[in-house]
Amino acid sequence: MFHIYCPYCEEHREEEEFHPKGQAHIARPADPDACSDAEWGDYLFFRDNPRGIHHELWVHAVGCRKFFNITRHTVTYAILETYRMGEQPTITAESLASGEKAGNVQAASGGQQTVGASDAAVASVKGAQA
Amino acid sequence: MSDVRMFDSRPATAVDAESPLAVSNLAERARRSAADPGVTLRERAFLGHLILRGGAIVLDEAVREVLGVSLPARPGALVHDADGERSIQWLSPDEWLLIVPEGEAYTLEKRLRDALGDAHFAIVDVSGGQTLVELSGPRAREVLMKSTPYDVHPRHFPAGKGVTTTFAKATAIVRRPDEELWELVLRRSFADYCYRWLVDAGEEYGLAVEESGR
Amino acid sequence: MSQSSSQPNRLAQGGRVDRTRKLTFTFNGKRYTGHPGDTLASALLANGVDVVNRSFKYSRPRGIVAAGAEEPNAVVQLGASEAAQVPNVRATQQALYDGLEARSTNGWPNVQRDLMGSVGKLGGSFMPPGFYYKTFMAPASMWMTYEKYIRKSAGLGRSPVESDPDIYDHLNQHCDVLVIGAGPAGLSAALAAAYSGARVILCDEQETMGGSLLDSRETLDDAEATRWADAVIDELASLDNVTLLARTTANGYHDHNFVTLHERRTEHLADVAPRVDGRRQSRSRLHRVRAAQVVLATGAHERPLVYANNDVPGNLLAGAVSTYIRRYGVAPGQKLVLSTSNDHGYRAALDWHEAGREVVAIADARDNPDGEWVEQARAAGIRIITGSAVIEAKGDKRVSAARVARIDIDGFRVAGKAEELACDTIASSGGYSPVVHLSSHTGTRPVWRDDILGFVPGDVTGLTPAGGAHGVYALDAVLEDGVAAGNRAAEAGGFPAASVNLPRASAHRESPAVALYQVPHEKPTLRAPKQFVDLQNDVTAAGIDVATREGFESIEHVKRYTAMGFGTDQGKLGNINGMAIAARCLGQTIPETGTTVFRPNYTPVTFGAIVGRHCRELFDPERYTALHQWHVEHGAEFEDVGQWKRPWYFPRTVNGKKESMHEAVARECLAVRQGVGILDASTLGKIDIQGPDAREFLGRIYTNKWAKLAPGRVRYGLMCKDDGMLMDDGTTSCLGDNHFLMTTTTGGAAGVLEWLEIWHQTEWPELEVYFNSVTDHWATMTVTGPEARQLLAEITDIDLDKEAFKFMDWKEGNVAGVPARVFRISFTGELAFEINVQANYAMHVWKTLFEHGEKYDLTPYGTETMHVLRAEKGLIIVGQDTDGSVTPEDLGMYWAIGYDKPFPWIGKRALSRPDTRRVDRKQLVGLRPHDPGVVLEEGAQIVFDPEQSIPMTMVGHVTSSYYSPVLDSGFALAVVKGGHHRMGETVYLPMVDGKVHAAEIVSTVFYDPKGERQHV
Repeated sequence: MFHIYCPYCEEHREEEEFHPKGQAHIARPADPDACSDAEWGDYLFFRDNPRGIHHELWVHAVGCRKFFNITRHTVTYAILETYRMGEQPTITAESLASGEKAGNVQAASGGQQTVGASDAAVASVKGAQA
Repeated sequence: MSDVRMFDSRPATAVDAESPLAVSNLAERARRSAADPGVTLRERAFLGHLILRGGAIVLDEAVREVLGVSLPARPGALVHDADGERSIQWLSPDEWLLIVPEGEAYTLEKRLRDALGDAHFAIVDVSGGQTLVELSGPRAREVLMKSTPYDVHPRHFPAGKGVTTTFAKATAIVRRPDEELWELVLRRSFADYCYRWLVDAGEEYGLAVEESGR
Repeated sequence: MSQSSSQPNRLAQGGRVDRTRKLTFTFNGKRYTGHPGDTLASALLANGVDVVNRSFKYSRPRGIVAAGAEEPNAVVQLGASEAAQVPNVRATQQALYDGLEARSTNGWPNVQRDLMGSVGKLGGSFMPPGFYYKTFMAPASMWMTYEKYIRKSAGLGRSPVESDPDIYDHLNQHCDVLVIGAGPAGLSAALAAAYSGARVILCDEQETMGGSLLDSRETLDDAEATRWADAVIDELASLDNVTLLARTTANGYHDHNFVTLHERRTEHLADVAPRVDGRRQSRSRLHRVRAAQVVLATGAHERPLVYANNDVPGNLLAGAVSTYIRRYGVAPGQKLVLSTSNDHGYRAALDWHEAGREVVAIADARDNPDGEWVEQARAAGIRIITGSAVIEAKGDKRVSAARVARIDIDGFRVAGKAEELACDTIASSGGYSPVVHLSSHTGTRPVWRDDILGFVPGDVTGLTPAGGAHGVYALDAVLEDGVAAGNRAAEAGGFPAASVNLPRASAHRESPAVALYQVPHEKPTLRAPKQFVDLQNDVTAAGIDVATREGFESIEHVKRYTAMGFGTDQGKLGNINGMAIAARCLGQTIPETGTTVFRPNYTPVTFGAIVGRHCRELFDPERYTALHQWHVEHGAEFEDVGQWKRPWYFPRTVNGKKESMHEAVARECLAVRQGVGILDASTLGKIDIQGPDAREFLGRIYTNKWAKLAPGRVRYGLMCKDDGMLMDDGTTSCLGDNHFLMTTTTGGAAGVLEWLEIWHQTEWPELEVYFNSVTDHWATMTVTGPEARQLLAEITDIDLDKEAFKFMDWKEGNVAGVPARVFRISFTGELAFEINVQANYAMHVWKTLFEHGEKYDLTPYGTETMHVLRAEKGLIIVGQDTDGSVTPEDLGMYWAIGYDKPFPWIGKRALSRPDTRRVDRKQLVGLRPHDPGVVLEEGAQIVFDPEQSIPMTMVGHVTSSYYSPVLDSGFALAVVKGGHHRMGETVYLPMVDGKVHAAEIVSTVFYDPKGERQHV
């Protein structure tokens, strides 16, 4: 039973309120018709299965109904951070390997960071907090 | 917003109405209430329930204008208007629940729509889809601890807070309007299950059921 | 000291039992007495009951070994009545109550006269080490034979066959600091954390809190240690921020400090929970605790020494002997020999001596022990044989002698001639093993420490061990360690550290312990009498030796090869000894050998507690529509659709005879085709969609076009996943230019809403649109049939004229005086109006329809009739006619696919993949059985060639099949390879009973192929 910090509700909630939705940062190709069958198949079906840091998409299904990302260690099950749609992880396999926790690092292997809210939407979400 | 079809779902002349807990026969259980109850359950049926969607900055001004209170912007915040009859609760960064006395929902929606004009927002009437149940008494918190994994300890759940969470195997909005009272907002189709769960959970503390007042 | 004649081993004084009151109980049918404060185990020992069980594999007689959760033998079946049966109860943890009835779980036909015992040698060769591996590799059919025999002979307890009269429940708990264990470390940790202001839960598995203080020789502030413990417990109980849970075992330590505590609320009172003030209370309760910090104060288990025949009744742990004497006033024998590797073991001899019984000798494995307790024993005149150990016990159903010999530990050999000492009790102590089970549940491996000869908990986030749980044993150090742990945990939660006035503990000088696990015997391990490592699973030192010789070098493999630490025991007594023996056999150290993983639960938890109140009528939510009460009152049979209760059909009683389902459905179908019927369709998912980009969003999510749907119009839509497979369908109505009402399937409602949100939130947040569920707000009633218009016209102000209100239009107005939205859509193929009103007014509208419907014989129908009627029209049900591998093209629904829409909508790209372009994909067709009397089985496989030999080539299956009253024939929908191009061909359906049905592939539309009836 995970204890998950919802970045929108701004508190920890029990796992049963959430649904996992698979690997995070999988962007739908902007022009699917331009994709080869292999590229399209890769987008649809192929996912990372790392031992260690994994970025995952979750939804606070019984709660605010918002999607967000979790950086989780697949061995210890430690949740290292949660972050909102459109934001970047600050902890990645690379950042841990290099011993730094710099902000705005690109996602771990396999992740194109294009999924997420536009700048405007992020701003409006942040505005809601004000 | 324009080009949205409003709908007043209440009949112009009174007809028999049945709340979500009509099927549960609270009146029958009320006659077997414990003499010195540890927990008391009461339905407040037929209130107006509106879902308000939009950016906080956009909505705040209209809400202040129409209801005279600020939009609660903090997660989990629950506020009431001056006479305590109308409440607004934060549900998500772009979603709030308004609960108002019976018959006020349509007018309120209209006034809010007028105040909001062409902004991007949504208002949805869900008055028929949910009901409000009050829990009070010294053991009410223990009944909740049997029912929801959310921490209902006063240190973590002060008055003026409300959350959407799991309730038994269903979901509910749990609210604490003041120190003495808990409120549950239950979805219509799950209401009887939740009610039966509450009655079962409250039994060992002595349970009183009060018939729903309108 | 004198003793009670009825309880030969009960001491005249001492212990925390109430000798003024007697409790009667039975064990294996025989009556005994005990006292309040006893456990079943202490009462059995007081009564001189030696044999409590037969062993799992060798069927050897076994007695009580321990005094707590680590007891491997005294596992009993409890309960006076069949309904109250509870298996797997440790007698050492079961408080005695008047009328308690217990039986041995093992032993066939009984523990004293055991058939297996007389064929003990057969047991040995019948189940050698590695039995499980080898048996599983043998022909599988043999396992069934073995398994029955093993279960009967070994006995694992049994479940009651009657319904449990008790209830169980759950309580969700939250705290800043959870302290597990209320011994000296736990009590001082709880005090510190409580004084800091943190929310504290303190739990302890025993009847009384206090842990080792309850039988301690040490004093606190010059008084008995229990005085301090009692005062602290009173103090904690008075604090608002502390919850005390006695009789509560922390059984599972899960992710992120989620701990499950099993509280036995009434098990100490009776085998069925008594009522309180006439009110039912739960027998036991599962506390689901989310703790910010956990203090692990679980103490340590004493390790027995592994010597020959160390399982004969009368062999006990040294600490257990002390516990029985000091806490329960029971000396479990007359003549004691103690075998120890450390000073702590001496407590047993001192307590035994002070109880007035004879200590024959102490065999101390050390050459020059000189600790304070050693000197006390010497001063008492007790014979101490140094450099020695008990190498073998003698006796059958009770120890009769101990063979003591000088041993060479490093050389693992007996170094002198054995001396046989007559005795009836052998106590052994090989030191302590910290109880690291809970910390291991998280997947964290414990860490070996040479200085304490034991494993301590590995690093776990949010966990602080205290006291014996990490090898701190001296009482003064334990108390200080507890305070430090309590403060550390509280500080982690932002609370200030508190100071605690600790009592002064009596200090005593200790001489160092020596590492001794298996005691050597004159014969090599494989030929010596059995030296037991794991008593519950009958694992011997020889078994481990054999395992390593057969090449099982990993401790995890040794465990599975021998069954060491399996089951309810979880290696509490045996694991460290087993690892030490494996290490010696492999010529490596214990840390090199490593430890196995301890798993939840720490001790058995009854299924009732796991289930809680989620059973019977509260097992799962039952969702009701606003019309449910009417359905019940009108005799509906219900069907579960997800969690919804939907009317399945409404059987009428004609001439005193209730219709069958077939009769009721035929009648309901004809009523809709010929008159008018009504369906409660409220369960359909309904999603309100508002925003300037609502229309654009629909175009991306649905396969078909939405750009030109005008307000007042309704359209059917298909929704695919991006793999092109159909996921849901339904109608969506345009309420206003920026306002739509989407309907989903009953089962798809929550999933579709989440589907809309995931695309909006993660891919297209720039689209201005909001989605909200209004499923429960609206009640939906479908009035359908040729007479639907006439009926509805009587109670509505809406113009129902066919030109004014066309098919796929919706209108607003009043129905029975209630504001309504009426949708002219049809799932039956007949003229149909779907009336939506606010659910609070639904019953009024429904009843009004029936008042006016009487003259039309308005017929309520359920889901079964709905299915038949829609299938006659070839209308699909997602999830029945589709299964996640079916595209809209497979369904032949090209008309609902907007190939030229500007946005690459969800599912479009996949339709051009080679696999979705295959011409031999399974495609939806109609099937008409050659014999109209046949109703094909749903799920039946289809073949082209009925003569083909098995295995036949299966080319599809039946998805929906019914009898059609209007066609007076069976008919079906099916998916068939290349079916769209096989119209008119015959396919075959071989059935289990050998019959082969033939059917013709036809159009999916069986009735009114031009679709005229819904347009009237």
